[in-house]
Amino acid sequence: MKHIEILIVGGGPAGLCAAISAAQSGAKVMLVERHDHLGGQLIKQTHMFFGSEKQYAGTRGIDISTILTDEIANSENIEVLNNATVLAIYEDGVITLEQNHKYIKVKPERVIIATGASEKSLAFPNNDMPGIYGAGAVQTLMNIHGVKPGHNVLMVGAGNIGLIVSYQLMQAGVNVKAILDASPKIGGYLVHASKIRRMGIPILTRHTVLKADGKDSLEHATVVELDERWQPIPGSEKEFDVDVMCVSVGLSPLSELLFQAGCEMKMVREFGGYVPLRTEHLRTTNPQIYIAGDVGGIEEASSAMVEGHLAGLAAAKSIGYEHPEFERVYVDYNEQLEALRAGHAGDHIRAGMSKALIKEASC
Amino acid sequence: MRIHEHPVLTYEKGREVEFTCNGEIVVGYEGETIAAALHAAGIKVLKHSIQNHRPRGFYCAIGNCSSCLMEVDGVPNVRICVEPLKEGMIVKTQEGKGALE
Repeated sequence: MKHIEILIVGGGPAGLCAAISAAQSGAKVMLVERHDHLGGQLIKQTHMFFGSEKQYAGTRGIDISTILTDEIANSENIEVLNNATVLAIYEDGVITLEQNHKYIKVKPERVIIATGASEKSLAFPNNDMPGIYGAGAVQTLMNIHGVKPGHNVLMVGAGNIGLIVSYQLMQAGVNVKAILDASPKIGGYLVHASKIRRMGIPILTRHTVLKADGKDSLEHATVVELDERWQPIPGSEKEFDVDVMCVSVGLSPLSELLFQAGCEMKMVREFGGYVPLRTEHLRTTNPQIYIAGDVGGIEEASSAMVEGHLAGLAAAKSIGYEHPEFERVYVDYNEQLEALRAGHAGDHIRAGMSKALIKEASC
Repeated sequence: MRIHEHPVLTYEKGREVEFTCNGEIVVGYEGETIAAALHAAGIKVLKHSIQNHRPRGFYCAIGNCSSCLMEVDGVPNVRICVEPLKEGMIVKTQEGKGALE
């Protein structure tokens, strides 16, 4: 069995930054990624990021991925395992992995779980029909593989993902018929919504999907307007001839490993599902395990990166590897996180955090 | 269904290869996912649900949701949305839940 100082599960924005900061602190890191490449969902983000320069604002997600993976490749302290899936976390701290049909056992001193999230579905008749995809799935198909999802798209959800993917569909030459949102307000940033409106795509707030129809795959979608109590208004049905529907109604944390590791979990609506309780140092109630990124609550890639750095620094320090400038960088990352979560857009994150945060003494 | 021109992206593709899906010859690019190659060829129905035999396609495209499981070279339950395409692969709609040999 291989002894490891810090095992990081997930090579997306949070995991990459956790690996970088833990390695800079002097710890030996093993970074496990289930796909054949690092970068997670950054590799399909063709838009330029917001936030501040410290989180690469103005840089496209795909380029941020390259910057981070280059840094990983140049670090002597990081071993990367691609095509490797974590299977289980055992009570004695042993973790098992599968890589290319090989079964591997490791014993890490600390684990940082950065497994991210998965796209939610929406309940309506025939929602399982081919042609109905997660908005992120369509982004993968277009931006990574260069394949169009179809000809005419109905986007369900006017949050940032719904707006950005609609724009990217138009960039790829696919027609977006409309964007729906059940809420009375557009959830995403105004700058994205304005861009969409300038392209002539209607954004229908207070609308939802009534049903989908088609023979073997999607051909029509029926949408309906909602009243102030979110109930369908009879007679307000509209038909759309679409072969693609993108569902962009939020994400759920991929927190199975944390459940299995016995971390105390809590349903936090603002975070998209069950998340682990954590200290301000991102340590769960299982003292071996830290978290970073969407697995601890759905947020943005920018904050996932900052949390990754914080978790990497904290996990390394807990086993005796203190970053040479620990005080300065730790304070700086915390200030970045605070800035990203400030203002009205961060209201729900701060509300979620007040439910999920615990004191250090209780772990 | 392929994107030929894109304002931001250029796509690096592997060589063109042939494989079969339920006996039909399909052309795709080596190294892209099987799901991408099938979708580009217009094949959207990837399996049928076990109880009610409803047609299913992929949903997440990143290996989370299990909506795209197919039989590849005799191995059942392959997540074709993350499985790289190789020349001559035999891809089939899976009947039932699949079994270990």
